[in-house]
Amino acid sequence: MSLIWSLIRRDLTLSLRQGGGVGTALGFFLTVVVLLPIGLGPDQALLMRLAPGLLWIALLLSVLLSADRIFQQDYEDGSLDIMAMGPVPLEIVALAKAIAHWLSTSLPLAIAAPALGFLINLEPAAILPVFLAMVLGSVSLSMLVSIGAAVTVGLRRGGLLLSVLVLPLYVPVMIFGVSASQGATAGPDIATPSLLILGALALASLVLSPLAAAAALRSYLK
Amino acid sequence: MQLTAQNLQCDRGGRVVFSGLSFRVAAGRMLQLTGPNGSGKSSLLRLIAGLNEAAAGTLQLDGGSADLAIGQQAHYIAHQDAAKAALTVEENLAFWRDFLGGGDVEAAMAALDLTRLSSYHAGLLSAGQKRRLALARLALVPRALWLLDEPTVGLDAASQERLAAIMGDHLARGGLIIAATHVALGLEPQVKLELRGAR
Repeated sequence: MSLIWSLIRRDLTLSLRQGGGVGTALGFFLTVVVLLPIGLGPDQALLMRLAPGLLWIALLLSVLLSADRIFQQDYEDGSLDIMAMGPVPLEIVALAKAIAHWLSTSLPLAIAAPALGFLINLEPAAILPVFLAMVLGSVSLSMLVSIGAAVTVGLRRGGLLLSVLVLPLYVPVMIFGVSASQGATAGPDIATPSLLILGALALASLVLSPLAAAAALRSYLK
Repeated sequence: MQLTAQNLQCDRGGRVVFSGLSFRVAAGRMLQLTGPNGSGKSSLLRLIAGLNEAAAGTLQLDGGSADLAIGQQAHYIAHQDAAKAALTVEENLAFWRDFLGGGDVEAAMAALDLTRLSSYHAGLLSAGQKRRLALARLALVPRALWLLDEPTVGLDAASQERLAAIMGDHLARGGLIIAATHVALGLEPQVKLELRGAR
């Protein structure tokens, strides 16, 4: 357990010190959200209706942006070799690194999202549902993106391929995330089950993503 | 403790790198791998570490822990230094101590003359200093089998002597070393294995 914690702490320290981590992702998130009303026009009623969906799209793109950091550097500098030989299975390493990505990037983005919602006229009643759905959904986002990061770890400039691979996996999270974000406007019968399904997706991805990511990493190390 | 390899064959990208390789390293002995570039020295070390799979043959470590893979009882010093530029020397070693389990960071830094550099970020180190940081893992966490791939690259004469002293201590304690190196380390290599590459 202390081993997992040491790995998470190291990745968090690195993401804080190296730049290009959460700061850049937050800047990107902000930019996308600012561009949306410019593209859609100043129709406040339209923006209010679209706001949760727009925030989700912006969140997905921002999470993708920082994903190649999860394994790439450790692969290039040989740390991943040592970790693969280490006392725990590579699955645990993949899990710890995905959790570190969630803590350092996805979670701060999810927390910032309702505040950015003011820029696109997110209705006050939807703030809490958006916040809950995004915090829960961001777990799945980090876990799923770690699979893509592992599959593309040996490819230079693999960012585009990573997006193509991971965005389809985001569809279920997106669907239930948006319907959970509608909150009271769509009726509580939709929001609560959607939130529960988001929780289920988060748990399933916590278990399954490390298996897939570790398998991909092993095939690269060979 | 003894490492035995029988009839090892290694394939890389559909090409046979070496085949029919057998050797034995006993406790307290060092096996020096020599051979021209591309003859499979690094591939053999990665294979022993468990990072590659052998296409044929067996590897066995007698006298080690039966529950652990050979790689989990080994140190592997590769060409890359596995150091993070944004972490200090001490933080890098502290992470490996926590990850690999146990060890004394201060003593490891002292063994490789890194104490003076402990608060420097690894990104500021020269190639030789980074190499010493990688080698400090050997002194940090006790492991029976050391797999060293060109450990002396970038090291000055004083550091080579320090490395030779650490390796000598390890052998004296009954450890095993397999090193791919062209440089005589000042240690008498008890066993020498020349890889010629498969034809």
